[in-house]
Amino acid sequence: MLIRNGRLAGDEFTAVTDGEALPEGAAIVSLKRFLVERETLLARKQPLGVRLETGESPEALSPDFGRLALVVLHVPHFKDGRAFSSARLLRTRLGYRGEIRLTGHFLIDQIAFFTRVGVDAFAFQRNIPLAEIQSALTEISYFYQPSVDGRVTIRDLRLRAPDHAASPS
Amino acid sequence: MYRYDEFDARLVRERAEQFRGQVARRLSGELTEDEFKPLRLMNGLYLQLHSYMLRIAIPYGTLSAPQLRKLAFIGRNYDRGYGHFTTRQNLQLHWVKLPDVPDVLLELAQVEMHCMQTSGNNVRNLTADPFAGAAAGEIEDPRILCEIVRQWSTLHPEFSFLPRKFKICVIASEHDRAALLIHDIAIHAVKNEAGEIGYRVYVGGGLGRTPYLALEAGSFVPKRDILAFLEAVMRVYNEAGRRDNIWKARVKILVHQIGIEEMRRRIAKEFAEIKTSGTLELPPEEVERIAAYFAPSDFATLPEECPEFEAAKQGNREFAAWVKTNVHPHKMPGYAIATISLKPIGQTPGDCSSDQMDGLAAIMDAFGQAEIRVTHEQNLVLPHMRTSELFALWQKLVPLDLATANHGLITDIIACPGLDYCDLANARSIPIAQEIAKRFADPERQHDLGELKIKISGCINACGHHHVGHIGILGVDRKGLENYQILLGGSGAEDASLGQILGPGFDREGIVDAVENVIGTYKTLRRDGERFLDTYRRVGAQPFKEQLYAH
Amino acid sequence: MPQILTANRLVLGEVVYWNADRGWVTRLDDAQLLSDAEAEAALKGAAEWVQKREVVAPYLFDARLQNGIPVPSAVREAIRAAGPTVRPDLGKQAG
Repeated sequence: MLIRNGRLAGDEFTAVTDGEALPEGAAIVSLKRFLVERETLLARKQPLGVRLETGESPEALSPDFGRLALVVLHVPHFKDGRAFSSARLLRTRLGYRGEIRLTGHFLIDQIAFFTRVGVDAFAFQRNIPLAEIQSALTEISYFYQPSVDGRVTIRDLRLRAPDHAASPS
Repeated sequence: MYRYDEFDARLVRERAEQFRGQVARRLSGELTEDEFKPLRLMNGLYLQLHSYMLRIAIPYGTLSAPQLRKLAFIGRNYDRGYGHFTTRQNLQLHWVKLPDVPDVLLELAQVEMHCMQTSGNNVRNLTADPFAGAAAGEIEDPRILCEIVRQWSTLHPEFSFLPRKFKICVIASEHDRAALLIHDIAIHAVKNEAGEIGYRVYVGGGLGRTPYLALEAGSFVPKRDILAFLEAVMRVYNEAGRRDNIWKARVKILVHQIGIEEMRRRIAKEFAEIKTSGTLELPPEEVERIAAYFAPSDFATLPEECPEFEAAKQGNREFAAWVKTNVHPHKMPGYAIATISLKPIGQTPGDCSSDQMDGLAAIMDAFGQAEIRVTHEQNLVLPHMRTSELFALWQKLVPLDLATANHGLITDIIACPGLDYCDLANARSIPIAQEIAKRFADPERQHDLGELKIKISGCINACGHHHVGHIGILGVDRKGLENYQILLGGSGAEDASLGQILGPGFDREGIVDAVENVIGTYKTLRRDGERFLDTYRRVGAQPFKEQLYAH
Repeated sequence: MPQILTANRLVLGEVVYWNADRGWVTRLDDAQLLSDAEAEAALKGAAEWVQKREVVAPYLFDARLQNGIPVPSAVREAIRAAGPTVRPDLGKQAG
């Protein structure tokens, strides 16, 4: 079940293993395969996605970010929080503008955090009611700290309406 | 102290409702225990030896009277009528029930309190000098930065699933009353040559299986840059900290694995990038806004001398004894800092009943005290008492059993809950503390021994801070039975040091005698004015070993 | 060495013990001492109770019978069965 920008989405991509033949259309390959077959893959006129395992740095994809349609971050276990930093890095210093998709074992309780660091799609392993997904994304109205998503923060709101806030008594 | 605005209040309420949803999903089976456990830990809920335990955040150890009353209420209505103040300035309730916890969170939200990030692999409660705003020699109130960092680190999207827990402490005076260097990030407010205030930042402190004191990562980080610097440290840690072994996952392990120079280099690289984006720059207006909450309340102009106070001491020996140990000079003339000991002889260190909490709240109202502080040594502090009112205060503390005159003495013991309560423990710590206290209860003997910090942990996780006790005691499991190791020479003050294990451990029956033996050696060897710690540092472990293991 | 199967109730957090005839019991005295084979089977069976959200974290610990009463080998389990030794008014020991 693929959610993109908070809504149910179709998946045009086919993920292939390192040995498999490439599909006709959009393909997702491992980082390892990408580094080996880079020229061929980039030459295809088809959307290309690269999957990063946890511990594989997005830096390995430089300088090709502008030519990737998709970066897949695989989370082996929800306790492994490196994907949060990877997504953030992709969106900031590496300037990646394509889709960042999360796969693997993550919790619905994490998707608000992931969205804030720049993940825009989630491949859930099972079907989850859309209402739950919406709820998970909106349960906390405003966060304190600025993040990649550029969303209005509590700091912004305080600057806008200083009279609203309580003042020290 | 900090007061919530509508945004703080909403966030805490929404987080409480979110947790209610998570509990419901657990009870319905939608979440397995494996999935629920990290979520409940992020809200401070543990499953302990006998029951669920809820850890309530007390940011930088500061509480108001309404908050104290609410803690009393919650203890009475949702627990067993008491709470336990911890070495991280938090409060633990040991007998909560899972379905009640969402209601407890709403009660807490009513008084601007919560349980966010008191456990889990995230940034934990920030701790600070309990004498903040009261003791002389402070560069600024350390709680200002604590509050700024608290907000920045709360529900941080990138740092909520770190390799392991992350503890930050801030002090702003030469005296370290918060065990600064045993934290993952230690921040010391300092002034540069131009008189500007900035922060010396240390990284990589921590106790547990491999204790380390934090190392300097930034000698002077300007205020504007402090959040960017902290974020740089956190990012380096989140990306490179080990995730394969929970005993090797703290940032201290990373620092010692790659070395402090490499750590500084990585932090600098990350810091430079964050700086160019400018997103985390801390504007002076923002600092001032927060600082205003910690501005000193209007102090009256009072004379230095207080004849009624002197007369009260003359007239009441017990009061005089309490003043000697539990009252510390205030920066303002005519004021004093009063430490309320939670270590009555033979009681559980750090425990406070709901009745005592209500009694203290009433005392706070009676003396116009807006704040009470929790220390990492499991005592409480009224930071802004008038000297003239100390006798009246003491008289009210006595019937509450809160007037024990032992601050800093041998019976002022720090002890984790240990095997009496904790699922992680290997041995009991509280009864050891109680027995030591009873054995040394005689006030004259206590004063003769002077400053002597005993810290007891029931397992290697070191929640009792045994590595930084002058005498540290570590409880271990030896074939299903409790065994205790003695460490000597640790300190959590500005002369920070890690204690060294003296030799083979002792069983339950032998440990208190062993402690008495060690103290006997101190008495034999000490020179005029030497504390236990000073004597140990002068003569080393050998004389203590010889006496202890002679037979 | 005989073993006892224990767990905590999900909702209350209370310590419970397994007795094949009676299900999850609250008193250690009522726990069933299990042989190796029985223990293995009981632990497997506990997984179902976890699924049913009755208990969490089941595990086995060593114990033997003394005067007809199960006595754990480890101090930890003795404390877990009774309550905090420093507060006789709290926990199962308080009745």
